[in-house]
Amino acid sequence: MQVLKAHKVSKYFYEPEKFKVLKEIDLSVNKGEFLSLVGKSGCGKSTLLYVLSTMDTDYEGELEIAGQRLTGSDQNQLSKFRNAHIGFVFQFHYLLPEFTVLQNVMIPALKLAKYTLREIEARAYEKLTMLGVQEQALKPSNKLSGGQQQRVAIARALINDPDIIMGDEPTGNLDSYNTHVVFEIFNELAQRYKQTIIAVTHDEEFAKKSDRIIEMSDGKIVS
Amino acid sequence: MSLPFTIARTHLVSKPKQTIVAMLGVTFGIGMFIAMVSLMTGLNDMTEELAMTSSPDIRIYHDITADRPSILEHVNPQGINLVYHTKPKNESQKVRNALKIAEMIRKNPDVWGVSPQLTSQVFYNYGPVQLNGTIAGVDILEEDRLFDIKAKMKEGRIENLIVNPDGIIMGKGLARKLNAKTGDRVVITTPQGFTMTLKIVGLFQMGVGTIDNVKSYANISMVQNILQRDKSYLTDINIKLKDFHRAKAMAPQLQKTFGYKSEDWETANATMLLGVIIRNILTYSVSITLLIVAGFGIYNILNMTIMNKMKDIAILKAMGFSGSDVRKIFMIQSLIIGLIGSIAGLAVGFLLSLLIVRAPFDGGDVISIDHLPVNFEAKYYIVGIVFGVATTAIAGYMPSRKAAKVDPIEILRG
Ligand SMILES: Nc1ncnc2c1ncn2[C@@H]1O[C@H](COP(=O)(O)OP(=O)(O)OP(=O)(O)O)[C@@H](O)[C@H]1O
Ligand SMILES: [Mg+2]
Repeated sequence: MQVLKAHKVSKYFYEPEKFKVLKEIDLSVNKGEFLSLVGKSGCGKSTLLYVLSTMDTDYEGELEIAGQRLTGSDQNQLSKFRNAHIGFVFQFHYLLPEFTVLQNVMIPALKLAKYTLREIEARAYEKLTMLGVQEQALKPSNKLSGGQQQRVAIARALINDPDIIMGDEPTGNLDSYNTHVVFEIFNELAQRYKQTIIAVTHDEEFAKKSDRIIEMSDGKIVS
Repeated sequence: MSLPFTIARTHLVSKPKQTIVAMLGVTFGIGMFIAMVSLMTGLNDMTEELAMTSSPDIRIYHDITADRPSILEHVNPQGINLVYHTKPKNESQKVRNALKIAEMIRKNPDVWGVSPQLTSQVFYNYGPVQLNGTIAGVDILEEDRLFDIKAKMKEGRIENLIVNPDGIIMGKGLARKLNAKTGDRVVITTPQGFTMTLKIVGLFQMGVGTIDNVKSYANISMVQNILQRDKSYLTDINIKLKDFHRAKAMAPQLQKTFGYKSEDWETANATMLLGVIIRNILTYSVSITLLIVAGFGIYNILNMTIMNKMKDIAILKAMGFSGSDVRKIFMIQSLIIGLIGSIAGLAVGFLLSLLIVRAPFDGGDVISIDHLPVNFEAKYYIVGIVFGVATTAIAGYMPSRKAAKVDPIEILRG
């Protein structure tokens, strides 16, 4: 079953001069796939990921996620869509520093407002337990180690049971041990929970172990 | 509690120093506004009240200083007439048919009371002391209806005047200067040189030096007698309206109907009331300046917060917060600052007003007050809080809008 479909996606940058970053990209991703996006620096991986994530709307072509055509939707619809269907993990962990670990995980669910506060809290604990950081739940989020923070960020990405988890170099800032831990988590999510994962990475080991590798070069998918 | 509110509150609580500084700006502005507006409107009310005590709503009299065209103007209306040193005619100050006019005015439903009377300059002699002053011959009950003299009696009762044809009720300041007491007899000398001995049957105090230090009341017939005038000699008709704001409109009508100068209280006290305008300008310009400064403070602090929170804003947007959710988060912060700052400002203003009202203040001979008048009307507290919150809302709007427009990709790309 296809969860994401991109058809002839092209994008231009106009600064400092007109320049075509993405060139008619076609991509479809199945549910439960763990996909790595690799390629040389500057080939357009991040740019593609942000188009797929719905945050960047300035592109040509068409995008469909979870059976919903997203090209041409307005910003409000898109943010609602992201809230319910897409989870993010970034290179820098980007937890909100004023909030506790638990609150950080709960925020996207509070925004979605599908469950009661009690249920949301229970679900957040569940996700934190799954990632092995439940003891840290009540600590301020900036008091955690890098690896722990990244696990919390993954828990946060999972809280609304999204269709896809996207990551821009999610292990880019982690040591080899933590990279391994994060890989295992992604792998388990894909295998056991049928989560779809799209991760941009420079780590060949990481990419090789994933289900499928997409290699980009100069704005095109080459394999 | 809504999510943007929770986030806003957490932001504020996590930076207590910055939040308190922003709030103090508003507190100071509103506090000063309340203190100033309370004192200034207190002074304004007092000024207006003094104006009301020292003059009737409308006074009708014969204005003998009015311009009189030279007779040449009649004879030679087209020509250029130059007449030097024209002097006023020897006219009597008498208002003809004063009682009849008073009777007619009394029928007007807007009128509360009418007191026809005669006034004159006199000298008061008591022992070796001789003082310049005025005497008013009145029907004391009518005058009481106009100026509530009963409430202003310090010694004796106004009825004493009715039973004592040769009695006078004297201003307290005048009595003090003469060193005279109730029951004493003073000699009165008119400009024409007639003298008469009158007995002090009471003392009044209006609270204004210009009255208390110079004026006495006596019976109409007695004053007519001192001035050697006939029973129809009256010089003033004082009128009090049910609504004193109508005086300005009514005075010209009366002047037209009866042909005598009729002057409303605002015109009679123009210089005094000019102070009211100046005080209002002062209050509002100082308060608005303070609030603008506080507003810039909030603008700066919020701008700084947003600069520091770019990453958080980007992550919130990536997680599905819309631009308007983000704007709400920061608008709520500035409104919380504004609301708490303003409420604290009201408290500070109230305390300052209490301090001002407690401080002793000697009005001296001019007005008899022992502390400054301060207005504690709730109206100004409402204006204060509306002002404070509005200022912070305006100051917070621009940074909040900027936050709403943050493009998350720019920041997340790293
Ligand atoms: N905002 C922008 N304006 C103009 N050009 C940009 C902008 N962002 C990226 N580019 C250019 O677009 C190209 C693709 O950038 P992108 O960030 O997608 O690369 P990437 O594959 O993610 O590289 P890396 O592996 O180093 O992260 C690069 O040549 C970059 O210089
Ligand atoms: Mg990149």
